[in-house]
Amino acid sequence: MKISREDVLRVAELAYLDLSDTELETYRAQIDEILEYIGKLNELDTSKVEPMAQVLAEDQAADATLREDLLVPCDVAEDVLRHAPDPEPPYFRVPKVIER
Amino acid sequence: MTWRSMLRPLRQRSDLYREKPLATAWTIEGVKEALAAKKISARELLADFYRRIEARNPELNAYLALTPERARRQAERIDALVAAGGPLPPLAGVPMAIKDVISTRGTKTTCGSKILENYIPPYDATAVERLEAAGAVLLGKTNCDEFAMGSSNENSAYGPVKNPLAPDRVPGGSSGGSAAVVAAGLAVASLGTDTGGSIRQPGSFCGIPAMMGSYGRVSRYGLIAFASSLDRIGPLASKVRDVASVLEVIAGRDPLDSTSTTAPVPDYGAELGKPLKRPRLGVPKEYFAEGMDANVRKKIEAGIALFRKLGCELVDIRMPHTDFAIATYYIIATAEASSNLARYDGVRYGLRVPDDSLLAMYRKTRGAGFGPEVKRRIVLGTYVLSAGYYDAYYLKGQKVRTLIAEDFRDAFSKADAILTPTSPVPPFQLGERTSDPLQMYLADIYTVTGSLAGVPGISVPCGKIDGQLPVGLQIFGPPFGEARILQLAHAFEQAGGAEV
Repeated sequence: MKISREDVLRVAELAYLDLSDTELETYRAQIDEILEYIGKLNELDTSKVEPMAQVLAEDQAADATLREDLLVPCDVAEDVLRHAPDPEPPYFRVPKVIER
Repeated sequence: MTWRSMLRPLRQRSDLYREKPLATAWTIEGVKEALAAKKISARELLADFYRRIEARNPELNAYLALTPERARRQAERIDALVAAGGPLPPLAGVPMAIKDVISTRGTKTTCGSKILENYIPPYDATAVERLEAAGAVLLGKTNCDEFAMGSSNENSAYGPVKNPLAPDRVPGGSSGGSAAVVAAGLAVASLGTDTGGSIRQPGSFCGIPAMMGSYGRVSRYGLIAFASSLDRIGPLASKVRDVASVLEVIAGRDPLDSTSTTAPVPDYGAELGKPLKRPRLGVPKEYFAEGMDANVRKKIEAGIALFRKLGCELVDIRMPHTDFAIATYYIIATAEASSNLARYDGVRYGLRVPDDSLLAMYRKTRGAGFGPEVKRRIVLGTYVLSAGYYDAYYLKGQKVRTLIAEDFRDAFSKADAILTPTSPVPPFQLGERTSDPLQMYLADIYTVTGSLAGVPGISVPCGKIDGQLPVGLQIFGPPFGEARILQLAHAFEQAGGAEV
């Protein structure tokens, strides 16, 4: 077994994801099978291979990621807040996080 | 008189009684000519498409939302341009559909998820903005697998889409709605997104050409992220020429996406008509190993033979890491997804399930808002990134991704383009494959390779099994070799590729 019930619980906690007992067991079994399959990557010796961190970076112009630092008006606050679940302009309201 | 000759006049006659020609008959050029000649107005064309959608969409479930006000305003603008006798922009009056993971200002964008059921973006994706600037009339938003995670459109929180060519079958995914609306004549062209095959495979299943450009060719600004190093926006249409026209409009540098390329955008349309200069087409042995449906294989082999007839030279090539692509893809895609989907926390937009504690609110919101496939991928992606497993999974995946990209580099030193099947299986039955996620993932084998390498790919219709179930042939090109694969796909289509 690659992944235990405790592993799934730990990971779900890291991801702030509520899972029912049924979900927990279903996903554990399915992910176990997927990880088993992924294990085939160990057939490859990658000790001398660099990880790929950029896609087609060598085909991009060198200045592709740089631009002038310009101010651009972005007047969307009102619009954004209008569609928020619990707005109190200019804030998003959330449950209390600081204990008095 | 034989029975066959007696049948012929009958068949011709029944044609007369069929409903008016389907909108698949409309092409971008056809729309433009009809508008310029004042045979139809943009508003009339729009009304006609909405009538078709009204008639057919309840059965197909391909559109999630329609945007009649926005479409009408744009059609009026186009009609005013026609009346003024001015030159018409490249997509003037063309009715188009947008996959629901692409942001549309003021129009609900759900990503096929309950967590964004009421989300209304405050801005347009760059691709959408460019389409409208080029005159396109946006009809609505199309159904898809939740957050583009799926290969059958069955992971949508709003129900599956039916394949218009075979209503008991899936349209493919995740851009199933975008493929179905084009195939059913409910849009002239559409935008989809492709992370591991999500444009090309539904294109193949619905019998239409469908393309992803190179990574960075089209701006991702406004595309709601699934896996940022893999996600691409691209066109689906009923003809390769229209795929080229739409790509030309949406491609190009966008300061709002730092990964969009500064490479100039060629006149793809002009490239299409040029004669093929005896290109060398690589056929990788690894893509023809066991696991491919025998009927699909027959069609793909007939398609390859047609390329030979067109004067192409076929060369056997090896891409030795192909068999590791699915494992690599499902590490990288889920890792990036777990990170990208962390933003859905019930604070700023989308669903919130209230609770007195902030952390419990996060957990409940995400537990209630995400569907099974998305949860499964978040768990897997978080796991492969977590302390103690990062090196064994994520880093290993990134290294094998390098090897897969090198396979492509080597292949393009021997061949101008690569021919493969798009999918190992024809469109399958609704519900046939939902119980086993790994089996569903394995069917992405021919498409995820090019996604990992960042190269462009197009799926083009390559016959129908028993005259009914479409098969797609995939052409990969080198980085920014979009013009070349469009030209090949166009030549194939013109030579009768859809009927091999």
